[in-house]
Amino acid sequence: MLYLPHTSEDIASMLQVVGVDDLDGLFSIVPEDCRCKGDLNLPEQLSEWELNDHMEALSHSMAVSPEYRVFAGAGSYEHFIPASVSYLLGRSEFVTSYTPYQPEMSQGTLQAIYEYQTLAARLLGMEIATASHYDGATALAESLLMAIRVTRRKKVATSSLIHPLYRQVVKTYFEPTGYEVVELGYLKNGVTDLAELDDMDDLAAVAVQSPNFFGCIENLQAVGEKAHDKEALFIASFTEALAYGLLKNPGSQGGDIACGEGQSLGIPRSFGGPALGMLASTKKFMRSLPGRLVGQTKDLDGKRGFVLTLATREQHIRREKATSNICTNNSLCALAAAMYMASVGGTGIRELARLNHDKAEYLKKELKKAGFTITFDSPTFNEFVVEFPDGFEATYERLLEKKIVPGISLAPYYPELANHYLLCVTETMSRDDMDALVREVKS
Amino acid sequence: MKESVGTTGLILNESLLWEKGKKGRCGFSLPRRDVESCPLDQELTGKGPDFPDLSEVDVVRHYTRLSQWNFGVDTGMYPLGSCTMKYSPKTNGRQASLPGFATAHPLLPASLSQGALKMMFELEQYLAEITGMDATTLQPAAGAHGELTGILLIYAFHKKKGAQRSKIIVPDTAHGTNPASVALCGYRPVLVRSNKQGILSVEAVAEVMDEDTAGIMVTNPNTLGLFEENSQKIAEIVHAKGGLVYCDGANMNAVMGIVQMGKIGVDVMHLNLHKTFSTPHGGGGPGSGPVCVKSELEPFLPVPRVIEENGRYVLAEDYPESVGKVAAFHGSFGVMIKAYSYIRTMGPKNLKKASQLAVLNANYIKERLKGTLHLAYDRPCMHECVFSDEHQKAGKVTTLDMAKRLMDYGFHPPTVYFPLVVDGAIMVEPTETESKEEIDQFIEAFKAIVNEARQDPDRLHDAPKRCKVKRLDEVAAARKPCLAG
Repeated sequence: MLYLPHTSEDIASMLQVVGVDDLDGLFSIVPEDCRCKGDLNLPEQLSEWELNDHMEALSHSMAVSPEYRVFAGAGSYEHFIPASVSYLLGRSEFVTSYTPYQPEMSQGTLQAIYEYQTLAARLLGMEIATASHYDGATALAESLLMAIRVTRRKKVATSSLIHPLYRQVVKTYFEPTGYEVVELGYLKNGVTDLAELDDMDDLAAVAVQSPNFFGCIENLQAVGEKAHDKEALFIASFTEALAYGLLKNPGSQGGDIACGEGQSLGIPRSFGGPALGMLASTKKFMRSLPGRLVGQTKDLDGKRGFVLTLATREQHIRREKATSNICTNNSLCALAAAMYMASVGGTGIRELARLNHDKAEYLKKELKKAGFTITFDSPTFNEFVVEFPDGFEATYERLLEKKIVPGISLAPYYPELANHYLLCVTETMSRDDMDALVREVKS
Repeated sequence: MKESVGTTGLILNESLLWEKGKKGRCGFSLPRRDVESCPLDQELTGKGPDFPDLSEVDVVRHYTRLSQWNFGVDTGMYPLGSCTMKYSPKTNGRQASLPGFATAHPLLPASLSQGALKMMFELEQYLAEITGMDATTLQPAAGAHGELTGILLIYAFHKKKGAQRSKIIVPDTAHGTNPASVALCGYRPVLVRSNKQGILSVEAVAEVMDEDTAGIMVTNPNTLGLFEENSQKIAEIVHAKGGLVYCDGANMNAVMGIVQMGKIGVDVMHLNLHKTFSTPHGGGGPGSGPVCVKSELEPFLPVPRVIEENGRYVLAEDYPESVGKVAAFHGSFGVMIKAYSYIRTMGPKNLKKASQLAVLNANYIKERLKGTLHLAYDRPCMHECVFSDEHQKAGKVTTLDMAKRLMDYGFHPPTVYFPLVVDGAIMVEPTETESKEEIDQFIEAFKAIVNEARQDPDRLHDAPKRCKVKRLDEVAAARKPCLAG
């Protein structure tokens, strides 16, 4: 076997040192009645070449570009990833190392994550960012729990325009805790109804996503003011990190915590994971942060170096009193994001974000011209909601056959929005692609 | 001893990203603008992030140099106990990056994502078979996330029974994630001490198990590398009082094809695909922590679930008793592909062989080093063995000193100071992918270091000498944190 280097002579001589007769003898401490009888019922081994055929056959059944044009976003976005990022990310010194517990041997990962924390904080306008979390949804759940710890209050308000699947994750995390989640409704123009906050008290946090699930840009400044009036923390959530290349960032609008999904920053969609949970805050809350943090320090010679730090927040020291049960970050995903942010650069990210916005505006305008209703009139980024006529399901199926996925139906998440679809356009869609979509939905 | 692989190598200096570059550079090929500009209201736009502007060459050199300061399994032996740093086969990464998988949108209609769903369906079944359980969720993104999911399932089980409980038993050898996961679900961890043999005794569990205890969380094999021999009897005691048995499967690499946990009383367990099933650790993630359950817990598994209907695969949401969701989408799909590929290329016989050789390697190290280092529990071990610095203390040399010195010999140190029940623990897990020659060199290096500890302890106190940096001041880092530049 390729990955098992032992020859029969090796095995024999090692068994002799151990003092047992055969490999089975190594398991003498496992009681007889605990041991398996017979082989596992699994398929017989494949050669590398058979595996290639098998996996290629499976992957060919997936609808992906360039064969398909997928106008779906909803927390998972198609962006170009430079070959240099994929290439660098494949360096096995990064890929095959562990959590950097031994810093002298892990300076590559540590400096790279320190740089990620810095770029993430700059993107979100916050003072500090963690080394990353599993995904945008768990970053939100952890942020809400953090606000509860900081304020010692037991209720949070979340916008109903936060990604519905994120809200489900929050609900699951909160179920055994007894903490309460109140949802804020939305207004006719597709943004959160903040007036509902007026009658609420004792809130640990107010969480609003911008751009929200409908793609609409929220007035974060107003959310921050309302939250702070109630002495609650303001949590700004997001699913499209690239938006902050163009939009005002959460930090400049009073955000105490900014959290969300960073998949747009150079990470392939990969059917939804692995992803990049981003979580940033002001320095004030540093010691309450969940998850890993990398900090700068010096070595014996006074040379700059990096280590995992503030471990007394964490489970391996604090056990049940830790700020979370997290043991890892999504390090390689954070590394991809850092490489991507470094490649695009400050000038590039602005132009790229503009292009995303302008392309989506083009499709919005063309659909409007074709007679479809753009449901919400608030400004949007990358995504927007369209109302198609009754019976659109048949058109949807016809478009799938033409290898176009015309967005995502909102009805499963917002039953009041039957026939409404969430469409997404990024820099990967050409004008021709968009014209083709409009032509097909019209016909 | 053969010449050690440790050397200073070709290590270049490299500044921080923002200390490089020039305004106006770009390492990204901006797509053609084929639509008109449509400016947003200035009220909404910000200044844009303060990122450095770098060329592609700047970026490539930066990360290439950084990578050379890192040590990975591909660089050399990485015997980090409880982390299962086995070799990650390259073909698995190839499969995960096939465009059909890597670029697929997670909310595609099932008709357009049959390949992904079939892979997930089969992987769930393989993992259930390996653990002897009835059903699997692939949604948790890491081991600790799997623990949280498992405890949520236990919570839901007791809630449905109408009598919630307040405690969960956790042994003193457990990873810190165990009590932390328990606490996240509102349970209080109850500590039980392992016995003189390093395992749980039936009596110790019987003493604390009562009808207010939701269950027990046992790592098996445990973090001392020992098999919990009393696990069946302990499960009986826990079940008799209406509790459930959670197995932390972090150390499953010792027992594939040898013990099916579901057959010895376990009700729910997680696996770490990034340990047992060879997916790379990525410098701390992404991982994947699937949870396998017995049928009584199946109704509570997260949604959506992949099911088969007449040869087609669909995502089913209609499980009213489900705990909900623990990830936005389906979990670490890219990691699942690698684990799936691993299982398919190994087959049942090689999976078992892998466990046998992992246990052989650990016992071989234990036997050959036990005259050199103090062995915490002198009995047959599973996939890892735990030593300590007891023999070196008198000479003022610690576990940390020996760990740092190993770096100069070209090895990643073992896990140190864990498990907590062994003072100055040195926890060695070689895994099955290390050859006898590699292990012999590791043993010789450790012997040489112990020798140095006697003759020239300062050589250890000053170690490492050959890495990019010398020993780093972790206390200063925590006292005056600098988390961003």
